[in-house]
Amino acid sequence: MLAIDVKDLRKEFRVQKNREGLSGALKDLFKREYREVRAVKDISFQIPQGEICGYIGENGAGKSTTIKMLTGILVPTAGELKVNGYVPYKDREKFVNGIGVVFGQRSQLWWDIGVIESFQLLRKVYRVPEADFRKRLNNLVERLELGDLLNRPVRKLSLGQRMRCELVASLLHNPSILFLDEPTIGLDIVVKTEIRDFLMQMNREEGTTILLTTHDLQDIEALCSRVIMLDDGRVIYDGGLDELKTKWSKGREIQFQFANQTPIAKLKQLTEGINVGWTIENDVTAKLFVPHEVSVSEAMARVVGGADIRDIKIFETNTDEIVRGIYQSGSADVAKKEVATS
Amino acid sequence: MMSAYFDFIRIRFLMMLAYRVNYYSGIIIYAINIGAYYFLWQAIYGSQDTLAGFTVAQMTTYIAVSWMARAFYFNNLDREIANEIRDGSVAVQLIRPYNYLFVKMMQGFGEGLFRLLLFMVPGLFIVCLIFPVSLPTDPKVWLIYLVMLFLSFLINSQINIMTGLFAFFVENNEGMMRMKRVMVDLFSGVVVPIAFFPGWLSGIMEWLPFQAITYLPSSFFTGRTPLEEAGSVILLQLFWFLLLLIPIWLTWRSARKRLFVQGG
Repeated sequence: MLAIDVKDLRKEFRVQKNREGLSGALKDLFKREYREVRAVKDISFQIPQGEICGYIGENGAGKSTTIKMLTGILVPTAGELKVNGYVPYKDREKFVNGIGVVFGQRSQLWWDIGVIESFQLLRKVYRVPEADFRKRLNNLVERLELGDLLNRPVRKLSLGQRMRCELVASLLHNPSILFLDEPTIGLDIVVKTEIRDFLMQMNREEGTTILLTTHDLQDIEALCSRVIMLDDGRVIYDGGLDELKTKWSKGREIQFQFANQTPIAKLKQLTEGINVGWTIENDVTAKLFVPHEVSVSEAMARVVGGADIRDIKIFETNTDEIVRGIYQSGSADVAKKEVATS
Repeated sequence: MMSAYFDFIRIRFLMMLAYRVNYYSGIIIYAINIGAYYFLWQAIYGSQDTLAGFTVAQMTTYIAVSWMARAFYFNNLDREIANEIRDGSVAVQLIRPYNYLFVKMMQGFGEGLFRLLLFMVPGLFIVCLIFPVSLPTDPKVWLIYLVMLFLSFLINSQINIMTGLFAFFVENNEGMMRMKRVMVDLFSGVVVPIAFFPGWLSGIMEWLPFQAITYLPSSFFTGRTPLEEAGSVILLQLFWFLLLLIPIWLTWRSARKRLFVQGG
C-alpha cells in the first residue's frame, strides 16, 4: 500500500502587493492589489510504506509548503493527495492520529510545563491507553537517553535535548508515517548522529514511513534510499541517492604527493592521450581529475610508473557538490547535460 | 478526549499560578478603578437620589460587581490567536487531533477560573471593606448570577476569538483588537450602564451582544432586574452564544483555505 500518493498537487498563495511611496501607500489603503504566487507547481510522487524518503531543495523551493499540505495544515489549490488512506485537509482530526510531525524550527511542546506533563497531555489528546503509553515512553526514553530531562520545563532544555523530546512527542501515539521538517537544524554532530541512528532503527523495526526535508545532505546519505529534489515548485529529480551520485558526479580527484619537485609539464606528459586534468597545489603536490569514462587504474598506473610518490589520496565528488551543481543550474536535466559536454 | 480538554483548563490554571505575582498588582489596579468610578458617580449624583433608575447604593454595587465580573470573563484569546497565526505556530495546533478553537476556549476558561478564585473573590472582599457595596443575600441570586457569568465568559471569548481570527485576513489586526477592547468595555456597560446611554444608542445596544456580557447580569445581581426575569436574561445570553457560533465557524472555514503559514 502507498503511504503517500500525490498527483498534480498545486498550491497558490495570494500575496499583497505593496505599492511604492506615499501615494502608493494611500492607494493600498483603499484598494489592495494582490499577486498570485504559485509555491508548488503540479507535483506528483508516490511513497510506499516503510520507505525513508528525503525531500530536498533550496530555500523557498516549496518543500515546507508540500509538507504542510501532506500533514493537513494547508488546503491545496488543486490536485489530489492521499496520505495513509485519508485526504489530509478533509478528515484532519481523524487523519492526524496516524501521523507524527516534527518541525525543526517550531516546538510542539508546551513551553512552561515539564516535559513529562507535555507528554501526558499528548497522551490524552491522542487517546493513548495508559499502559501502551508507559511502554512506549519507557522505550523511547531509553533509546534517546532522556531519563533525567523529563521533569524539566521545556524552556530550560538545550536545543539538542529539546529536539529529542520533540521526536518522542511526535511518536507517542505510534504513527505509521513520520514527517520531519528540518529535524537536525542547528544540532551538533553527536545529537545529529544519535537522531539518525534512532530514526534508522525505528524504520527497520517498526516499518515507519519517514519523509524528511533537510539542508544537511549527510542526513540524506545516512538515512534515505530515495530522494525527491524540488526546485521552484517542481520535482526535478526523484530516485535513488546512489543513482544521483553516479549520474551527476563528474568524476574523481586523485591527489599525489611527490618525493621531489615535479613540474606540471612532466605530469601532463605522463598522462598524455587520456582525458584527465592536472592542477598544481604546491611544489610537491598535484591533483589529477579523472572523469568517469577514464579508468582510475590506468591513470594511476601512468603516474606511478613515471614519478616518485610519497602519498596518494582519492576524493569522491561529494553529494554537497553535486547538489550545489544541480541547484545552481536549476534542473537535474541541465546538470546532466553539462556533465555530458564537459 | 474530553479529559484532554479539561487538562487544558488545568494546565492554564497552573501556568497562571506560576506567574501569579503579575496578578497581585492586578487586584490593586481593579480596586483603584472601582474607587475612581465610585467617586466619579458620587460627584455626578450630587444631591440626587436616583439617576436613570439607579440609586447611589445600586450604582456602587453595580460598579464593583461589573469590574469584578470583568476580571473573570476578560481574557487575551484574541491576542493569543493573532500571535499564533502571525508567527506560524498555528501550524503545530493543526497537526493535533483536536479542535483548535475549542482548546483556546478551554485555555481561556482556565485563565478565567484562576482570576475568579485568586482575583475576583479576594478583590470583591477588599472592595466590600472599602466601599458601601451591598451584595444580595438570596443564595438563588448568587447561583443564577454564576450561570450568567459563565455565559458572559462564553460570549466575550467568542468575540475575542472572532477578532483574533481576523489575523488570517489582514496582516496586522492590532488596531482591530484595540477597538474591540474599547467597544466591549463601553458597550457592555462596564464604564457606563447602558441605562445612561442616549435613547437611540441604547436602542441599538439591544440588538448587539455586548449588553449580555456585563449590563444584563450586573443589573440582575444588583436587583434592578427582578428574579422573575432572570430566565429571559439567560435565554438572551444563550441566544447570542449560539448565534455567534455561526460567524466563528464561517470565519474558521474560510481561514483554513486562506491559511498561509508565515516563515516557511
